[in-house]
Amino acid sequence: MTALAPGTVPRTSPRGSAARARMLRSLLPALSLALVLIAIAWLNPRAISYFGFNLMLNLAIPIALATIAQMFVIAGNELDLSIGTFVGFVGCVTATWLREAPLLGVLVLLGSIGVYALLGALIHLRNLPSIVVTLGMSFVWQGLAILILPKPGGKAPDWLLAIISFKPPYIPFPILAALLIAAVVHFGLMRTSYGVILRGSGGNAAALRRAGWSLLRTKIVLFALTGLFGVLSGMALIGITTSADANIGNGYTLLSIAGVILGGGEFVGGRVSPIGAVIGALTLALAASPLLTFMHIPPDWQVAANGAILIIVLAARVLISRRER
Amino acid sequence: MLQAIADIVRLNGAEKHFGAVRALNGVDFHVGAGECVGLVGHNGAGKSTLMHMVAGTLRPDGGQIAVRGNQEASYSVARALELGIRCVFQELSLCPNLSVAENTRINHPSLAGFGWRRKAADLIRAKLDEIFPGHGISADDIAGDLSIGRRQMVEVARAFTLTREPLHLVILDEPTSSLDAHTAGQLLSFVRRFVEQGGSCILISHVLGEVLQHADRIVVMRDGKVVAADAASAFDRDRLVAAMGGAEGHQKAAAEARKIEAGALRVRARPARQPDDKELVARAGEIIGLAGLAGHGQTDLLLAIFSAASRARTGIEVTAPVALVAGDRQSDGIFSQWSIAQNIGIRSLARLRNGLLISPQREAELAEFWKKKIGIRTPDMNNNIYSLSGGNQQKALFARALGSDAEIVLMDDPMRGVDIGTKLEVYDLVREEAAKGRTFLWYTTETEELDNCDHVYVFKNGRIVANLRRDELTEEKIIQSSFGDAA
Repeated sequence: MTALAPGTVPRTSPRGSAARARMLRSLLPALSLALVLIAIAWLNPRAISYFGFNLMLNLAIPIALATIAQMFVIAGNELDLSIGTFVGFVGCVTATWLREAPLLGVLVLLGSIGVYALLGALIHLRNLPSIVVTLGMSFVWQGLAILILPKPGGKAPDWLLAIISFKPPYIPFPILAALLIAAVVHFGLMRTSYGVILRGSGGNAAALRRAGWSLLRTKIVLFALTGLFGVLSGMALIGITTSADANIGNGYTLLSIAGVILGGGEFVGGRVSPIGAVIGALTLALAASPLLTFMHIPPDWQVAANGAILIIVLAARVLISRRER
Repeated sequence: MLQAIADIVRLNGAEKHFGAVRALNGVDFHVGAGECVGLVGHNGAGKSTLMHMVAGTLRPDGGQIAVRGNQEASYSVARALELGIRCVFQELSLCPNLSVAENTRINHPSLAGFGWRRKAADLIRAKLDEIFPGHGISADDIAGDLSIGRRQMVEVARAFTLTREPLHLVILDEPTSSLDAHTAGQLLSFVRRFVEQGGSCILISHVLGEVLQHADRIVVMRDGKVVAADAASAFDRDRLVAAMGGAEGHQKAAAEARKIEAGALRVRARPARQPDDKELVARAGEIIGLAGLAGHGQTDLLLAIFSAASRARTGIEVTAPVALVAGDRQSDGIFSQWSIAQNIGIRSLARLRNGLLISPQREAELAEFWKKKIGIRTPDMNNNIYSLSGGNQQKALFARALGSDAEIVLMDDPMRGVDIGTKLEVYDLVREEAAKGRTFLWYTTETEELDNCDHVYVFKNGRIVANLRRDELTEEKIIQSSFGDAA
């Protein structure tokens, strides 16, 4: 073992191609969104307008918020199957207590974020599979929602309606909101120093523990953030629909998971992208009904068509990932 | 060293049990300031357990630990870091989803607030430049994209970065296992510089030459005890091996005796970017070595040969079934959820079939045969593969390849981090199988392993630059061709 004068620098080509493939993959969500937009523009040019976007992306904000919520648990290698019914529960609280007894409403919503934090602690301390715990919790949230609002009804607080119906000049509100959500979460999770620790807990938990970080704390923080964005999602949803229903958020569980994956995230390994997740949510929201309606696909087939779009995009991602090798 | 040196860390009567297994059995161990202590012993001798204790990741079941003369009652990782004790663990402990700079941040709580990214990047870049000049790593690279050798370089450099916490002792557990001779040399000479400036190091390595040359004092462990401790100058290779126990009686001569007969052609391969007509040729019964600096196309060629076996590729001719023994066994070799027996059987499913299903009985027979043949140390082959020590996991991967119908076995530097006893057993097995007519293509970063080969091809920048017969094989020749301009 002798130290030699470094006459040559080892080549770096495999890494360059890995970086290129990664780049391509991170562009894929944006690419699929662009494709969906182009298809819509081609089918119905009038939809690409201030008013059209407001209509089409109406429901995208709550979906984007729910997707971000899901992304936080996925960043820690967990999965939240209760986010849909949780959004429904928050919706019911928002349409009733938050309007009639604001203090109680705020306390209940804060308490529900606390419950999420406790779930994180429980999952970490008892080493429980998050799928089981959150599946159980999904029934709890649903039951609570039905208790609060046995039949559809209630009304959104006026201040919430005012925020959601805000019409900024030039840029449609949903797009502005999506940009804001993506920017805030990207900064928090991808750029701050504690965000690195949160993502690291999904990448290599053992390494983090050896460096002296508390994994209990990272898990609690990730779950609490999920709760926080779940609450925001439920409130945004009620702001748009103006009244609530205990089943209003049920579809969000799978939509949010699909949004994270569509946006370039992975189920394990702490590889997530907030910007991608928001784009994924927008794509899903657009592909869900406006695109398919413009294609004259009957509503009966829309769910299946939506699934087909998902499969195509994910297949493209797998093809690109394979080139990383 | 004879003069009294201030202790950095001292353990008295340290004990650790894992169930019925006594991993550490009353160990006394200390490291002084400005001292490099070499720690050697077979896998499972208790070295890693002892180091986990020094680093604070494991609590001793008995005994005391003192740092700079003060007893530490509640010793932990956080406390160890506070006292300037750090560890580079054998299992790579970078977060693969984070960049090099972000991985640096994880070890430095004080890298926070405005501009932390730039600070972290500068810190790790400067240290990499200092230890491994010409490393070719950028602070923005994602750790998972780096080769295993570069990941190890990042990890070592990270341990030596300095912010608010002091730095007195760095534990290096197999730091060179994935590095080629050149970068390993850079690291070891840095360690000497660090020690001369008053720092301390614990160097664990299976490459005895490294320890003999670079440690001040050597501690030998066996079966959870310290069996010898003396100045490095008092040891030589034979005395070390004898103290470690178990591996005596082997010598290179076993390899010398092999006579070579040209058998049938098995592999003829030309690297994709080979400008001239040099090509790799392997015949039945040959052991072919692939040498050169790490990451210069050896693995690529092995993988190309592997895929050529199932699908025709230009420039590569393969005439028999192929099996691959992966080098990065955690990510490329092991099915982590499976038992040892399942891990061995996966390459031989066609033979293990009974009708449409896999016969558990045949799988168990295959596993049992290889357990005896290759000496996998486990009470039950149905245990999870991770119940084995690293060396035994690697044996299971060898059993997977050798138990299959493959006539050509590709080895992608499979012996990194494996103790010398296991290595010698595997070398014997490889020679025995070659004598029966199997062909081995063996990429290795350890020059000593090339002594087992009949032919060695040296790689540089994805090309074959030299083809050495075993009688003309020397370390100088290999290094010369790895660095020389086109040979």
